[in-house]
Amino acid sequence: VTLVDPELAARVLERALARGGDMAELYAESRRGFGVSLDDGRVERPQGGRERGACVRVVQGDSTYYGHVDGLAEEDLLRVAGSVSEAVRGDARRPAALSAIATGTRHEVAVPPEEVGAARKADLLRACDERARAAGPEVTQARIGYAESHRQVEIFGSDGRAAADDRTRIRLSAQVVARRDGRVETGTDTRGGHAGWELLEDDPGLVADEAARRALTLLDAVDAPTGRLPVVVGNGFGGVLLHEAVGHGLEADAVQKQASVYAGRLGEQLAPSFVTAYDDGSRPNAWGSEGVDDEGTPTRRTTVIEDGRLTSYLYDLLSSRKDGVESTGNGRRESFRHLPVPRMTNTFFAPGEATPEELIAGVERGLYAVSFGGGQVEPATGDFVFGVSEGYLIENGAVTAPVRGATLVGNGIEALRALDGIAGDLEIATGYCGKGGQTVPAGVGQPHVRIRELTVGGTAS
Amino acid sequence: MRLEDAARRAVEAAQAAGASDSEAWAEESTSRRVRVYAGEVESLSDAGGRGIGVRAFAGTRSGYAYGTDLTDDGVAELARAAREAAEVADEDEYEGLPERSGSSEVPGLASADFADWSTERVVELALAVDRAARSVPDVTQVENSVYSDAQGSVALANSRGFAASYGATQAWAYSSAFAGEGADLMTGMGVGMGRDPGELDPEAIGAEAGERARMLVGARQPESRRCPVVLDAFVAASFMGFVGAMLSADAVQRGRSLFAGREGDEVADPVLRLADDGTDPEGPSSAPFDGEGSPTGRTGLIEGGRLLGFLYDSRTARRAGRATTGNASRGSYRTPPSVGTTNLVVEGGELALEGLVAQAGDGLYVTEVAGLHSGVNPVSGTFSVGAAGILIENGRLARPVRELTIASDLVSMLKSVSAVGSEVRWVPFGGSVKAPPVLVSEMAVSGS
Repeated sequence: VTLVDPELAARVLERALARGGDMAELYAESRRGFGVSLDDGRVERPQGGRERGACVRVVQGDSTYYGHVDGLAEEDLLRVAGSVSEAVRGDARRPAALSAIATGTRHEVAVPPEEVGAARKADLLRACDERARAAGPEVTQARIGYAESHRQVEIFGSDGRAAADDRTRIRLSAQVVARRDGRVETGTDTRGGHAGWELLEDDPGLVADEAARRALTLLDAVDAPTGRLPVVVGNGFGGVLLHEAVGHGLEADAVQKQASVYAGRLGEQLAPSFVTAYDDGSRPNAWGSEGVDDEGTPTRRTTVIEDGRLTSYLYDLLSSRKDGVESTGNGRRESFRHLPVPRMTNTFFAPGEATPEELIAGVERGLYAVSFGGGQVEPATGDFVFGVSEGYLIENGAVTAPVRGATLVGNGIEALRALDGIAGDLEIATGYCGKGGQTVPAGVGQPHVRIRELTVGGTAS
Repeated sequence: MRLEDAARRAVEAAQAAGASDSEAWAEESTSRRVRVYAGEVESLSDAGGRGIGVRAFAGTRSGYAYGTDLTDDGVAELARAAREAAEVADEDEYEGLPERSGSSEVPGLASADFADWSTERVVELALAVDRAARSVPDVTQVENSVYSDAQGSVALANSRGFAASYGATQAWAYSSAFAGEGADLMTGMGVGMGRDPGELDPEAIGAEAGERARMLVGARQPESRRCPVVLDAFVAASFMGFVGAMLSADAVQRGRSLFAGREGDEVADPVLRLADDGTDPEGPSSAPFDGEGSPTGRTGLIEGGRLLGFLYDSRTARRAGRATTGNASRGSYRTPPSVGTTNLVVEGGELALEGLVAQAGDGLYVTEVAGLHSGVNPVSGTFSVGAAGILIENGRLARPVRELTIASDLVSMLKSVSAVGSEVRWVPFGGSVKAPPVLVSEMAVSGS
């Protein structure tokens, strides 16, 4: 099924360049979604949506002019192309002939979620609710969420680019509340991927078990310590640290505006030599994976840190053109209502030699940050902050009491330099990343890592 | 009204598909966005959009469907999908349309002057914001300056015969400036908003961005301490957004609010007065009716140090045996209504910022917080969030600090508010909040 006939796309591009421009592009999208949740013991808020629309952009020099429209009707596409072209002042240019449509890396979807009945999805939620409540009488509330989305996109560029992608994503999440005396704690867990229903066929209740375990663990938590401490960061969602503290600073738009601490530092030894990190949008069925990015560039694995040296930034088409390099396939957009910007796909540290136990055993007094509730970074300074959602004290080389309320603050450059161990247990988790008002699915991951010293902002006095 | 008509057609289609009750929310808008970098237009957009969301009930079960196709066939398909989705939900005896619908008088939601602002003029405005930010001493770069606006209409119709619509306009501008260089580089944000571009002061927005970055240049990590903390209006607004979310009756009824069961209790110092007001003519979230057609209003939340009550939509009101407060909120036509704040308003006090700083004596003036959504436990209210600001010594702003966290729990913080500033402003963080700077008598500050 095609969204826009290539012959029509060619006419839209020609109209978009009616008054000049270095590049014109048509991005067409059709998206369907379905979601349902269970809260307070009840299946609720079943909802579905269908949207179709397109964005036309014209780039001239350092300026981008764009417009978007709901629907894919021929007259609407031509009208928006005409209105965008009016912002440009110059002579008409002819777009290059469009190539055959390219599709990039394939991510197998065995069971399309839309082929599974809504009642089965509701039953899945009920099963998870039961599992969460079975974890103990102190579990008082469970919220289980299910969401699927199916996006088809087509991209046509005046440079002859033509590409299409078909993206199915599925995600199950659990948030469990446990209560003891006056104390209330929350635990969460998720499972998701660029995949179909098959992802949830293997014991989805584990997501509920894990969320419940976290909430119950926190009931015994002591206040987090305060001060500068060694920190062992857990695998999977622990990788949000790399995503925030390093990844955002490698996005080429920030780098080119000198709005990143990593600007001008390619080739520099920023981390110990045992550290390697990738952004990989082609990783099979991973949450942040795609066939082609939202500009039609096939996704790929980009080595951003190799043996401790900074080796590449993450590019979309415009920023790659400025640096005279190829796009790394990181031009992503939330929808046809947004412009593509350089964004991470799946970003993770390569596995190392150590075991998590060895990393912990080497710490006399520190923090074991298993997972984060989220984080934030100012790419210009590299300063970051992370809320630890599951954490423990490390005392004399052993994990002891759970802690609550811990926050890690630091600086990306300093944290990279202070890495002093990487384990072999790489895992990728499902994150949502916000940038410039756009939210996209981003895989975050890593094996266990150890940082020699970070500032822990606790609640203990 | 074409939009109202689309909503009516959707309701008819849902009823025809077997819904016991139904409701449709339709939107149409045009928006512009100008992004300026280094004195040039980096991107410019002019876009239109429309969509509709249908909520269909099968007795006490409800389903939702949304889409962008407003033709007869399009809305009929959505209506069927919503009715079908309702089959998946469990019974909820409190579910249903509001018993009474209606509109409040809210003047001035749409500015007549909006139409006078051509794209060329708003581009000029964005460039002026950028120039103002770059002209602040010590500013080394302006990351971007952005102008954006929207002009739109909303229509709601339901199967009980309610149908209404309104139009609104909104314009925003912000700028993000860098001051200092290398490891000393710090950032600052300036914002402004109004019903039309004429209500924005580009010089003030740009200058604010530059000044906020400039005052942090040379910041270092402070030593840990417990001390009085002055939260500037941006930061106070962010925290109040969190408090507001926990005053939702939905959070309370589902056991997710630390305020559950505390109506009438002392939860704050009496100097702190908080209300939700969906009718404030200046409020970005003001409207005549809420997301399910109940009239909006003003709801006192914290007064005299006590918690007066919670925010309700019709479902949570039925469950609590109360009346809706008109707080069924919608992100857009893509989401069914759920309880949310409209505009949170913190009443201003007597002291200017200098007065608050003087009263703090030795403490910390916080101008930035980061990681609020991961650093505040929404159930227990305990928090530890990253911050930057300026140390206060002998009642004066002394030296800038960064890489620190401030920690407390929300109720302890509300109870230790010891003064509220007089300079109240609208802040688009944490929802839509009008807040002054606030002095908190003690918080834990962690640094080195």
